[in-house]
Amino acid sequence: MSAQRIAFRNARLIDPASKLDARGGLLVENGRIADLGPRLFNDSDPKDPEVIDCKGLILAPGLIDMRVFTGEPGSEHRETLESASLAAAAGGVTTIVVMPNTDPVIDEPSLVDFIHRRAAATARVRVAPMAALTRRLAGETMTEIGLLREAGAVAFTDGDRTIANARVLRRALSYASGFGALVVGHAEDPDLCAGASMTEGEYAMRLGIAAAPAAAEPIIVERDIRLLELTGARYHFGQISCRASLDAIAAAKQRGLPVTCAVSAHHLALNELDVGSYLTFMKVKPPLRSEADRAAMVEGVSNGLIDVIVSSHDPQAADTKRQPFAQAAFGAVGLETLLAVALSVHHDGRADLGHVLKALTATPARILDLPGGRLAKGAPADLVLFDPDAPFAVDPARLHSRARNTPFEGRKFQGLVRMTFVGGACVYDRAKEKQT
Amino acid sequence: MSLSPDTAILRTSHLLGIEGLSVAEIAALLDLADTYVALNRAAEKKSALLKGRTLINLFFEASTRTQSSFELAGKRLGADVLNMSVRTSSVTKGETLLDTAATLNAMRPDILVVRHPDSGAAELLARKLDCSVVNAGDGSHEHPTQALLDALTIRRRRRSFEGLVVAICGDVLHSRVARSNIHLLSRLGARVRLIAPPTLLPANAQRFGVEIFTDMRKGLAGVDIVMMLRLQLERMTGAFVPSTREYFRFYGLDRDKLSLAKPGALVMHPGPMNRGVEIDSVVADDIEVSLISEQVEMGVAIRMAVLDALARGLAPAGRNAP
Repeated sequence: MSAQRIAFRNARLIDPASKLDARGGLLVENGRIADLGPRLFNDSDPKDPEVIDCKGLILAPGLIDMRVFTGEPGSEHRETLESASLAAAAGGVTTIVVMPNTDPVIDEPSLVDFIHRRAAATARVRVAPMAALTRRLAGETMTEIGLLREAGAVAFTDGDRTIANARVLRRALSYASGFGALVVGHAEDPDLCAGASMTEGEYAMRLGIAAAPAAAEPIIVERDIRLLELTGARYHFGQISCRASLDAIAAAKQRGLPVTCAVSAHHLALNELDVGSYLTFMKVKPPLRSEADRAAMVEGVSNGLIDVIVSSHDPQAADTKRQPFAQAAFGAVGLETLLAVALSVHHDGRADLGHVLKALTATPARILDLPGGRLAKGAPADLVLFDPDAPFAVDPARLHSRARNTPFEGRKFQGLVRMTFVGGACVYDRAKEKQT
Repeated sequence: MSLSPDTAILRTSHLLGIEGLSVAEIAALLDLADTYVALNRAAEKKSALLKGRTLINLFFEASTRTQSSFELAGKRLGADVLNMSVRTSSVTKGETLLDTAATLNAMRPDILVVRHPDSGAAELLARKLDCSVVNAGDGSHEHPTQALLDALTIRRRRRSFEGLVVAICGDVLHSRVARSNIHLLSRLGARVRLIAPPTLLPANAQRFGVEIFTDMRKGLAGVDIVMMLRLQLERMTGAFVPSTREYFRFYGLDRDKLSLAKPGALVMHPGPMNRGVEIDSVVADDIEVSLISEQVEMGVAIRMAVLDALARGLAPAGRNAP
């Protein structure tokens, strides 16, 4: 993207893929990483036109967020690819993987092409579209997986919908396996969850909110594992939220099945009690779980059973959230808080920094077969410069997303993004932001 | 090659599938068929071999091609041929297959040719009828005369099956043609490959002793014969395959994909073809590579050979004499 050279000096380089964590420098040339290492620019000042003194802050691969909903095409008032990309850049996210749950649904090669062209014209960060696994997300007939892949779809999913019909899913998995295509599933039994807004339990009972048992998730996780065992497809659970799901996935991994999973930042940081007095910004899909399940998610990240951390960014306009809890829309924005929430696992002493970053960079890149996610010569210069310790409180007014439905309003975190680069071009610089 | 009309060719009085046939039986049928190819190319095509015999074509599925091929074969051998097709039969009025069998038996046919949408139907009829039964396709099980005519077509072009690499491409899952050909070609020494999307392959296809490819471009490398299968329209709309255009892109035989096969590779199709779905017209109509018309010609000869072979086992007064 950028033809110029940029020299980063005095950085703490962290590359989770190679387990690098050292002081050093990094050189960007023609949008790619040309060189890096502990001794680079240590003794001599680089003579490049642009030198960035990182002052000991962390320079890491830009984040790859595997689960982002936008409103483009069809509900641009919620979020466009452009506004999502601004939020991503501010959050240190250099690749957003967008879900096909739009209007129209991304289930045609020409629509994948549309996303690529809109992204090229408007987005600040890289946009990697997932295409629908079934037409119109109806869960009935599979999409043109081969042609959609050729058009540039990175994976196949019905987004936040579960394919209820096991035969349809089996055939889709089987067909996808012929192309080596990745299928991303959502685990919520649609019948058990119909009409529910919370997890079944004491708190939902006291609030009088219709709730679904947490078991609605592992029921589907276990079914899907059986189906992928039949078909040999590569399978990723877009997000899980229960210990029982994790147990099933752990067993599947032990059997050598090609399965991975992600957890959303809000399921790492929040539990059902955060719903408080009917706070609709806490209404997410799947619903917030018990504290035991939340703790299991943190443990899963820390022991590596959970491969990826996602924002599950789902922008909702005020009118759909300013409703009685049962009628309010599901979803929370998260691109701009993803890094900070993930870092809390590190700050709580549950995992080292490289381990947490890996779930945000190298692992999603590997699962999706993307070129980024690592600091290596020749890799795209998608970078985030951040201060892991700087404290801040989440201020919805400062969000770049078109929607403000963050569940973390006022909440204090550590870890501030200073600058974000995509293909060597600076797409976010906190110093240039309007201070309020 | 000439065989005395009294030499037994088949060990059984029915032709229900390839799976039960020996190499010797197959070779004898092909040799006999060669003589009928010659007869069919002559001006006088008629023989009196089956004079006085009754052949019934009982088709529970529409098939212009196979039915007319059997009809012509029977007539050229001098038999009286009766065609019964599903829509005019009493099956639609609730009669069971075995009721139909009993009715037919009373008509005292010598040979019954049956096509049925259910696997095993031909075998059921063979057990209940007194005449010889020829399976003209039962469900997804077998279609022995198609495999035999394919083998005859190949044998007349390539001297030996030994080491020949044959790719069977397309809807293997539902195909009786594929199953019969897998048995026959493997038995004759050819190496069989199946090329299909995983949704159109049976779950344990490798148990046939064949190689499996889901990538057609890889699967066609080094292939001598490309055998295309018909994809039924109702299977192209999302259940097994997402669309016809996707199927054609990845599994349709066009010049580009054919160029990956062995130079001089030949193309076959049991018909009727879906042009632009499983095969490009440019390939289907290329007389240098396409054996499709030849297959139809061999079909009549093979069916004459099969009727001839079965007639050798009929008692002079007919097997159905009490």
